[in-house]
Amino acid sequence: MSTDAIPAAVAARIPGERSRAVTRTIKYILLIGFALVILLPAYVLFVTSFKGVGDATPANAWKLPEAWETAGWSRAWEQLGPALGRTFAMVIPASVLSSVLGSMNGFVLSKWRFPGADVVFTLILFGMFIPYQAVMVPLVQLMGNLGVPSGVPSLIVLHVVYGLPITTLIFRNYYAGVPVELVEAARVDGAGMLRTYASIILPISAPAFVVVLMWQFTSAWNDYLFALFFSTSRNGPVTIALNFLASGQMQDYSASMAGALIASVPTLIIYILLGRYFVGGLMAGSVKG
Amino acid sequence: MSSTVPSAVKRPEKPGRRKGRLGGHGWVAPVLLILPTIIVIGVFVYGLIGSNINTSLQDRHNIGPSQGFAGLDNYRDLFTDDDFIYSLRNLLLYTATFLVGTLCLGFLWAWLLERKARGESLFRAIYLFPMAVSFVASGVVWRWLLNNAEGDRASGLNRLFGSLHLDFLQNPWWTDERWGILAIAVPAIWQLSGYVMALFLAGFRGIPEELREAARMDGASEWQLYRHVIFPQLSPVALSAIIIIGHMSLKVFDLIMAIAGQTNYTTQVPATQMWVEFTRGDYAKSAAIGTILLLIVAILIVPYLVSTYRQERRR
Repeated sequence: MSTDAIPAAVAARIPGERSRAVTRTIKYILLIGFALVILLPAYVLFVTSFKGVGDATPANAWKLPEAWETAGWSRAWEQLGPALGRTFAMVIPASVLSSVLGSMNGFVLSKWRFPGADVVFTLILFGMFIPYQAVMVPLVQLMGNLGVPSGVPSLIVLHVVYGLPITTLIFRNYYAGVPVELVEAARVDGAGMLRTYASIILPISAPAFVVVLMWQFTSAWNDYLFALFFSTSRNGPVTIALNFLASGQMQDYSASMAGALIASVPTLIIYILLGRYFVGGLMAGSVKG
Repeated sequence: MSSTVPSAVKRPEKPGRRKGRLGGHGWVAPVLLILPTIIVIGVFVYGLIGSNINTSLQDRHNIGPSQGFAGLDNYRDLFTDDDFIYSLRNLLLYTATFLVGTLCLGFLWAWLLERKARGESLFRAIYLFPMAVSFVASGVVWRWLLNNAEGDRASGLNRLFGSLHLDFLQNPWWTDERWGILAIAVPAIWQLSGYVMALFLAGFRGIPEELREAARMDGASEWQLYRHVIFPQLSPVALSAIIIIGHMSLKVFDLIMAIAGQTNYTTQVPATQMWVEFTRGDYAKSAAIGTILLLIVAILIVPYLVSTYRQERRR
């Protein structure tokens, strides 16, 4: 700090270089230290999942497995396998449907506005923030009255409906960056709204679709609240099955931890493959217009 | 809404009033396209909120129909119930810890990575990855890490502290009656600090280099540079982070269910109590808790939405 007061010509070179090297070292020590702390739970999950029943004890808590066994993984797979299938069957249609609807909404709200569009948009946005506890009691009744069966069908409907606010927001922000001349030109050529959407907007929407699809996939995959209210352990998704496995009477640590890893693989793959877009989705989720 | 219609209909006569947007090509078609969403959100969000408030005012404490209008009785019962007050206190403590923790760590990480650090993308990936994991899955390992046994029987973090000769750090974690809820904030902070980091990193990158240069040319010290240039530029990001983390925090549910379970007293919050009352069939009480949660979240969100709305109108 004090070097600031010294004329630049004098301060240059030696003292600055040294203090910069010290700062850099401290910086990397901190960065690596934090990274290790963050990876700690992942380490525990990983090594415990490969331990045998007798090996997964408190005394061996932080040690590597005595012998690497995959029995925990097969026990976890037995319990979670069917639930994984149901989760895919729920998450894929839910994220595709809510993305397509969100894209149409975003197009209208950014490029083909109507009176009161701002009010409508704000009201839709509020849906993103409501605690679902505030609608849950009548929601259970409504879904019953509509005759939507518990399990996968119910969860598809719910993830589409309650995904609409965020998908609409992301697409609207994306389309706001599309030059208005593009849409105007299509109109001059006589294209109607749907035509403009299908031939101008949709073809340039791929980046936004990637963000929205992975966002929806991740949040529906990781959901537990709706799953708890709208499914049972027999027709529920993987979060239900995992919590059932992990909170059982038998403290089967290796199977629970293997199960947690199995249940995280799809979202982690998406994160690794599409990490860049993941951050994009996070930004969009922050409601920055 | 009616007041906005006439002026909006006139808009075509004032070209350029709203830059970058089109108007006056008829609004029937766009309304038709967005109508399904309006109806669905109207029913599933606003209709159900209304219906939930109605249920919360009824004398309906089992699966049978309502036994009549109870007014605010259910709310009065909740606010005179020590259990519920304890839940609210837990929620407040948890939210404060979660917010402070994620904001401090997120800012620190972003600041460390702000100037091109070697291996930046690797660090960023590591800091962010917990976000991709569900609370239920991370709860499996955190329940074990936060095990309350001490001494020889200790596992998890207590075991680690023991073997590092940091025994004084051993504690009962989430089973402590007074501060147990703070232990739940630890995995929450672990999971979401990376998110806040990503927000702040984008904020840092959004500050033009010329601005910093100009401040340095004017003889600003590093601290003055932060105080007068960088912090003001980052404050919208900080506000977004507070809104997002804050509202997530107020809805905390999965993590508690996965770590402590639904009936654990020391970690109970309104959301877990709501589920317990629902499974007991006490719909009115369950609905009342839901409404209280909505009000708490609305206090945070509505001012934010209103200001966003105003900005939209000005665009």
